[in-house]
Amino acid sequence: MSAPPQMLRVEGLDKQFTLHLRGGLHLPVLHAVELAVHAGECVALAGPSGAGKSTLLRSLYGNYRADAGRILVRHDGEMVDIARAPPRTVVQVRAKTLGYVSQFLRVVPRVPALDIVAEAAPDRSREAAAALLHRLNIPARLHALPPATFSGGEQQRVNLARGFIGGHPILLLDEPTASLDAANRDIVIAMIADAKARGVAIVGIFHDAEVRGRVADRLLHIAPLQDAA
Amino acid sequence: MTDETLLSARDLSLHFGKIPALVGVDADLWPGEVLAVVGESGSGKTTLLNVLSGRMRADAGAVWYRDPARRLHDVHAMPAPALRALHRSDWGFVHQNPRDNLRMAVSAGGNVGERLMAAGNRHYGNIRAEAIDWLTQVEIDADRVDDMPRTFSGGMLQRLQIARTLVTHPRLVFMDEPTGGLDVSVQARLLDLIRSLVARLNIAVVLVTHDLAVARLLAHRIMVMQRGVVVETGLTDQVLDDPQHAYTQLLVSSVLQA
Repeated sequence: MSAPPQMLRVEGLDKQFTLHLRGGLHLPVLHAVELAVHAGECVALAGPSGAGKSTLLRSLYGNYRADAGRILVRHDGEMVDIARAPPRTVVQVRAKTLGYVSQFLRVVPRVPALDIVAEAAPDRSREAAAALLHRLNIPARLHALPPATFSGGEQQRVNLARGFIGGHPILLLDEPTASLDAANRDIVIAMIADAKARGVAIVGIFHDAEVRGRVADRLLHIAPLQDAA
Repeated sequence: MTDETLLSARDLSLHFGKIPALVGVDADLWPGEVLAVVGESGSGKTTLLNVLSGRMRADAGAVWYRDPARRLHDVHAMPAPALRALHRSDWGFVHQNPRDNLRMAVSAGGNVGERLMAAGNRHYGNIRAEAIDWLTQVEIDADRVDDMPRTFSGGMLQRLQIARTLVTHPRLVFMDEPTGGLDVSVQARLLDLIRSLVARLNIAVVLVTHDLAVARLLAHRIMVMQRGVVVETGLTDQVLDDPQHAYTQLLVSSVLQA
């Protein structure tokens, strides 16, 4: 069996924030970050709070702009540089290749939980959406309701269902188990293991050491940069 | 995926006296894409919408539209009847005030049917059936088909305007603050409706709004305008979450978190 293909490669990534409303203050966050993730592998970002783990994850998704370096994503058999690709290409890469589960669900008014998940399914399958919500212990009586009134844990599980149903070959997970109890946490760990077995490449932030130990193949340490002089 | 744009503008400039409304503006729109133009009042965003749609002329620059047969048309060089025909068929325009588009002395069904007739449809039974279908799609009860728009609430009028606009299946719709002036609960319903209709019918939209939350919900891409200049453009979530320009940072940081 040949080695699993490289799905994501980061080369020399720099990211800083320039706060124009604070007199042009520069906040360097990431410098010369290197990372390679293969199919079926899970890399956990580690480091103290504020070190830039979420900034890196958001940069990988194209949500934050890179100041230097390349973020190469295997999309339709080619390596696409998210840091340079035109917006329309990033939209397509996100639709097909690159999934992201944010820490908090951004609810759309009036849209029921089932629709939120089904809209993200490749074939818009409501059956698949319902099945995944059930797996995440969201009972059928909640499926027709917009999640605005759901608990934090329920919203996070709707968010996870939406992130996992797309079948993306690369998944970025920002604290996927933060608001979950032990039983639901175990379900998410099993879902991550299933995804890895299917060959999905995963980069995640897991503050829970037990979760991290059970899903991560290796760690990437992110050290805080000194503030610019 | 096609690389051909539906609408392209290059180097648009327009001054009102000494006031710059558009300064060297470029814009591109691809089929099925929603582009939001944001900025404060006076930033030139509504002027841009009017120039892109040929309703207003620029001092300089050009706007190109590609028709379904892939022929390019210089929007500002088109004969007026051809531009009007375009606005009746391939294009739609949703105004902030629905009264600017609706005929208030004509029934709801008539308002929707009139655009079908203008597009050449003549069969009364079909027109009425289609009008009722569209009223239902915008969540107006079919039994209101013969009611006058003046008996409708603001939110219903806006939904009626959307039905009237979309009934001819336009490929490109210009929207000027479509949720402006509506109650928040009414806004949410309208936004959800616009979002689902635009996605399902694969309509390209140029959306002018001062509301960044509306842009985030509906738009793939965003253009930020200040004093007639496009100061920043990019993916909607990137521009709103990692704004680069000082003015965009000011806009984003000025939004109250609910």
